[in-house]
Amino acid sequence: MSDIVLFAAFPYVAVVLAIGGGFYRFRHDRFSYSSLSSELLEKRRLFWGSVPWHYGITIVLLAHLVAFLVPGVWSRVIAAPATLYTLEVIGFAFALAALMGLCVLIARRLTQQRIRSVTTIMDWVLLAVLLLQVALGFWVSLVYRWGADWYVHTAVPWLISLASLNPQTQYVSSLPWLVKLHMLNGFVVIALFAFSRLAHLVALPFWYLWRPYQLVIRNR
Amino acid sequence: MKIQSQVSMVFHLDKCIGCHTCTVACKNIWTDRKGAEYMYWNNVETKPGTGYPTRWEDQGKYRGGWVLGGKKGRLRLRLQGKWGTLGNIFYNPYLPTLDDYFEPWTYDYQNLFDAPEGDDQPTARAISMVTGRYMDTIEAGPNWDDDLGGSQVYANNDPNLDHATEEERRLMEEIGRVVFFYLPRICNHCLNPGCVAACPAGAIYKRGEDGIVLVSQERCRAWRMCISGCPYKKTYFNWSTGKAEKCILCYPRLESGQPPACFHSCVGRIRYVGLVLYDADRIEAAASAPQAELVQAQRDAILDPFDPKVIAAAQAAGIPDAKIDAAQKSPVYKFVKRWHLALPLHPEFRTLPMLFYVPPMGPVLAKMDNGKYDTMDAKAEGLAPMLSALEKSRVPLRYMASLFSAGNEEIIRKVYRKLVAVRVYMRAQRVKDIPEAEVQKALAEGGTDAREVEAIFRLTSLPTFEERFVVPAMERETAVEALFPPLDPIARNYPTHKGEVGIGFHHDPQRGM
Repeated sequence: MSDIVLFAAFPYVAVVLAIGGGFYRFRHDRFSYSSLSSELLEKRRLFWGSVPWHYGITIVLLAHLVAFLVPGVWSRVIAAPATLYTLEVIGFAFALAALMGLCVLIARRLTQQRIRSVTTIMDWVLLAVLLLQVALGFWVSLVYRWGADWYVHTAVPWLISLASLNPQTQYVSSLPWLVKLHMLNGFVVIALFAFSRLAHLVALPFWYLWRPYQLVIRNR
Repeated sequence: MKIQSQVSMVFHLDKCIGCHTCTVACKNIWTDRKGAEYMYWNNVETKPGTGYPTRWEDQGKYRGGWVLGGKKGRLRLRLQGKWGTLGNIFYNPYLPTLDDYFEPWTYDYQNLFDAPEGDDQPTARAISMVTGRYMDTIEAGPNWDDDLGGSQVYANNDPNLDHATEEERRLMEEIGRVVFFYLPRICNHCLNPGCVAACPAGAIYKRGEDGIVLVSQERCRAWRMCISGCPYKKTYFNWSTGKAEKCILCYPRLESGQPPACFHSCVGRIRYVGLVLYDADRIEAAASAPQAELVQAQRDAILDPFDPKVIAAAQAAGIPDAKIDAAQKSPVYKFVKRWHLALPLHPEFRTLPMLFYVPPMGPVLAKMDNGKYDTMDAKAEGLAPMLSALEKSRVPLRYMASLFSAGNEEIIRKVYRKLVAVRVYMRAQRVKDIPEAEVQKALAEGGTDAREVEAIFRLTSLPTFEERFVVPAMERETAVEALFPPLDPIARNYPTHKGEVGIGFHHDPQRGM
């Protein structure tokens, strides 16, 4: 029963909150869509936090995403043991970068008076959830080796079943609780998306690459 | 030919007394808010001096504006390419920090009332407006180097003096005869703005109707590249709301036919606001001209509003007759294009800034000789004191050229010769102590004639309000429409009240979640 609540119902709630809340916020409080950078107030520590965190987490998330989107290709790629080892090491390195960056960012927020004055409660909630998530992922990859492989046979079918509106919790129900917590907390992050500064994720300005430099806008 | 109209401003620096009234007016109207305390959309700097933020002209540090780069010598942002922007989005290495401006503070006034009786007078300690904590040492503030702050440190750190000779430096620094002038600065509302080009979110745009550069507060995502992209450091980051902000040229006032607050409050009446018509097709060529020709290239992009071909093209482009009429009466057009007296600030940044400055006549080089104060070399050259003064100004031409002509001293020399001609001619008219031959010589040297000189004198010394400010109010129906942010597809009724920043918000612009 609890499996159904946690692994079949909660993910939908989280996604609906993210999408519905995101649209509502965009429609009614677009002003609040911002990455809320604090670089103006403090710069040196931000470099050691923000850069490893963002690059680390981007690569790790992309790996999760690719394995989910094209599990067949992913399985074939990691079939060669040498490739699997290499990918695990690379993933491990980026996860470590993300974890360390996040720790620097948290320390910076705790110790720098200027940064504390622009920190909201939601910032602390988000940082705690993210730290838990990254630490869990890191720990899981350490304790239960070759996650690049078993992820494709456990979490991916579960996620696909969720995506096809036919949730199958049996794929994950027998997994160790550490792994389960990582999955659940992942959906907590998604649930927080529309209610925190995480919303800046969808604002990533890729269209800048194609647009002309200058923008002139007229009424009429 | 693609004709646009632009609201533009001229600052007559000879008339600036450095009173900061413009700054105060601007501050009270626009940046008297949390997160904006440190911003000065309008500020007045002492030159030579380091300015605000400190050494903003040093593009080696801040990477603002454009450079000609690559094998083809094409225009590109000095900051970085487009991929570089995305790569540096998590951390912008060239962003100034609050310490490059100053940490804003207030005072603990309550202590003056509440302090227990004691041997000493109670003091009001400084409290940071960012952290809310006491500040023991205030290390910088707005206009920290005003009037050079009583020391040569600020003048010596001026980037424009990097190329000055030892002799020039010595003359400027001579104790007791220290020389400086004032430089009021607002956003230049450039034709080729670096901030617009650097913004990856596309939140900054130039208004087609009047060329005012604005930040859409609802589109800004705090990627903060605009602050680096602007070589004048006139886009600011509101640390509380997490949005970029900048001078809006008081567009709500302009639309209702009032001049910008900085203009309106100017005690010395140094400012002139008017329209110019320019050819948008020439922007790229003008911005990529060779350095020494940048000023002339920008002048060429500004069109003659009396030319029938220009008038016809402007009408075809939908520019209302009231604007064409205003462009013909524009004081800016006269100073910049007809008289060649007003020059852009740091044209070498290649943003085609649309504020122009008439360089000040510095105090002339003089020395005490046998107890007699004499302008240098005047007798030897057989010239009247004012004529000899030109190239012997204590503010060297090279310094002015570094500020206003991308290093081209010839342009500055021509401006000064004309300004000297105006003075010589008018003195001959009023005081009648200069021989006619010398007046004629001054006019010839200045490349001008009596009629032009009288027009320059009139607009410089005796202009009415209507001669200094020639911008038609927006048509009422367009004005109402203009209150809607153009980037916002949802047409809502946007009130503009002070508490709502005047930039159009239903609710207070508070920091996001």
